[in-house]
Amino acid sequence: MDDTAGPAWQRRLMVGLLLAPALLWLFALIVLPHVDLALLSFRERTAPREFVTSLAQYRTFFTEPLYWHIFVRTAVISAISTALTFLVAFPIAWTIAKLARGRAATLLFVVCLIPFWVSETVRTLGWMILLRESGVLPGILVHLGLADAPPELLYHDATILVGLVYTSLLFMVVPLVSSLESLDNSLIEAAYDLGASGPAILRRIVIPHALPGITAGCIVVFMLTLGNYLTPNLLGGTSSQWFTEQIYTQFITRFNWEQGAAFGFLLLGLSTTMVWFGLKLSGQRFSDVMRRT
Amino acid sequence: MSAPATPDLEVRAAVKRFAEHTAVDALSFSVARGSFFSILGPSGCGKTTLLRMIAGFIQPDDGDILIGGNSMKGVGPNRRPVNMVFQQLALFPMMSVGENVAFGLARRGVARAERTRKADAMLERVGLAGAARKKVDELSGGQRQRVAIARSLVLEPTLLLLDEPLGALDLKLREHMKIELKQLQAAFGTTFVYITHDQSEALVLSDHVGVMNRGRFEQLGTPQQLYYEPATPFVAGFVGANNRIAGTALAVNGGRVTVRTADGWTLEARASSPVAGGAAVEAFVRPEVAMLARTAAELPAGQATHSGEVESLLFDGANSAVLLRESSTKFEFRIALPQTGQYADLKVGERIHFGFDPERATCFPAGDRHG
Repeated sequence: MDDTAGPAWQRRLMVGLLLAPALLWLFALIVLPHVDLALLSFRERTAPREFVTSLAQYRTFFTEPLYWHIFVRTAVISAISTALTFLVAFPIAWTIAKLARGRAATLLFVVCLIPFWVSETVRTLGWMILLRESGVLPGILVHLGLADAPPELLYHDATILVGLVYTSLLFMVVPLVSSLESLDNSLIEAAYDLGASGPAILRRIVIPHALPGITAGCIVVFMLTLGNYLTPNLLGGTSSQWFTEQIYTQFITRFNWEQGAAFGFLLLGLSTTMVWFGLKLSGQRFSDVMRRT
Repeated sequence: MSAPATPDLEVRAAVKRFAEHTAVDALSFSVARGSFFSILGPSGCGKTTLLRMIAGFIQPDDGDILIGGNSMKGVGPNRRPVNMVFQQLALFPMMSVGENVAFGLARRGVARAERTRKADAMLERVGLAGAARKKVDELSGGQRQRVAIARSLVLEPTLLLLDEPLGALDLKLREHMKIELKQLQAAFGTTFVYITHDQSEALVLSDHVGVMNRGRFEQLGTPQQLYYEPATPFVAGFVGANNRIAGTALAVNGGRVTVRTADGWTLEARASSPVAGGAAVEAFVRPEVAMLARTAAELPAGQATHSGEVESLLFDGANSAVLLRESSTKFEFRIALPQTGQYADLKVGERIHFGFDPERATCFPAGDRHG
């Protein structure tokens, strides 16, 4: 025993005090509301101010095809968006980590960061200004003779995807850069020297090395996308059919908190399942991946 | 005798410049099949640039490199019959030992069963039988070294390049790996091109050594030639221990030069290249060439005798030496102690006589000693 550190109870108190703010935050802002929401989701209103415990809220979800449809659609678009974000972010991260030197690398990082100096609402409204029928981009298309009349570029799934990728990019770039930076250049040279082509080096050396970073980036981006409300709502309008909008509607428009709480838990279940599935697929351990984020 | 075989490596006036700095300066040499060739030089002499040009990571600005008789212009590292053992070995941590060795074979499209068989056979040849399933970080430094070499040799390259592969090892293992490398090279018969800044590695391992300085070879020869007949003051100073004595040529008599230092100490040496009377010169006397004696009479007759005080005793087993100050000029001079233990009782401050055969001391016109 190391007796210079004082008695065991003193050390335990010290650790406890240091952890107290984090534990308090965790308990008050995450555990408590979720317990409350869980309780809320398992009750049914039978008459004004009268409630019974039931699975009715969940049953509604499974019996109403609209909710199902939106749920699956949100998951699929989020997965596509995550994949697209990875494809866009990887070359950027590679440039920052391996090609750019000193100031150039910092500058590229700042360029990725700049959009985040503006609030998400303003950013998304900026996209609307660019894309709406009387906006900049349709105007240019008409001017170039590529369209007869200004096309409506908003309210398409592709528009939602563009917005989601744009919003998530930084969260993919950061873990990718850190995992690519730790890749020893001599490994790439050694593979090249042993006869590997560019794609073979990417597949056998770079991707396996960066896998924890890739998984971390994908998890964060997928969760952010799945839980995003503003971007699908503004860029997709009524046709966006995003699951967070359903939760919003239940809580705010319909005052059906019980249904909203159940939807919230279903979304939590979905993201947990997808993350678990992603980890299994990439053969990564959660703890390794979290160290990368 | 048969016609001379095509050398495995031929470098023709290769040049590489970085900004204003010329890393490799119109260098030409060739390496015969099956030999162990070392490039020895201080850091920054251009040896790494040269090796990377041979491997194909850098393109020469001028000149050409031929491997097995074929020009390597425009041929990428993955298409050259050359493999490299990296300084930090660069084993792939995401693969097992067996996968590391089979990596190059897989890139050539060798079928899995054949790949595994060849990798296992190669691991056995380097003394790592049964290690194929192990992870790279489960191996010791020496074992990793062998995996790095096995990974390259399994591809049966014309040329194996080694970039100071022993640099990261501790002294004991380095000594051991030196012997192992030489034995491996002899067993496989592959041409090795080895770069190092460690003159002992170059001397022990090589059939031929190129001593490189400022992008050029100062001398190219066998280890014995470099040691006993250095061609330039740089080689004399860089290869092996040497006492360097700068002075002027007081008299030149045939091949014999009388050198006088600024402080007035005079000694004789053999002119390794023509020396003009009165010119500035540099003489070199190896520590083991000089002989110690308690009285001047014990030294061979006909040789100049010198005397000095013992400044310090440098005990290092068989490499023990004594550091003297020449009596009149206080010039520092190092002499190897005979291994008979004859001077084991030498004391600091003691006055002692010494002399050497001038034929075994070398003298050069003083050039600028690059780096």
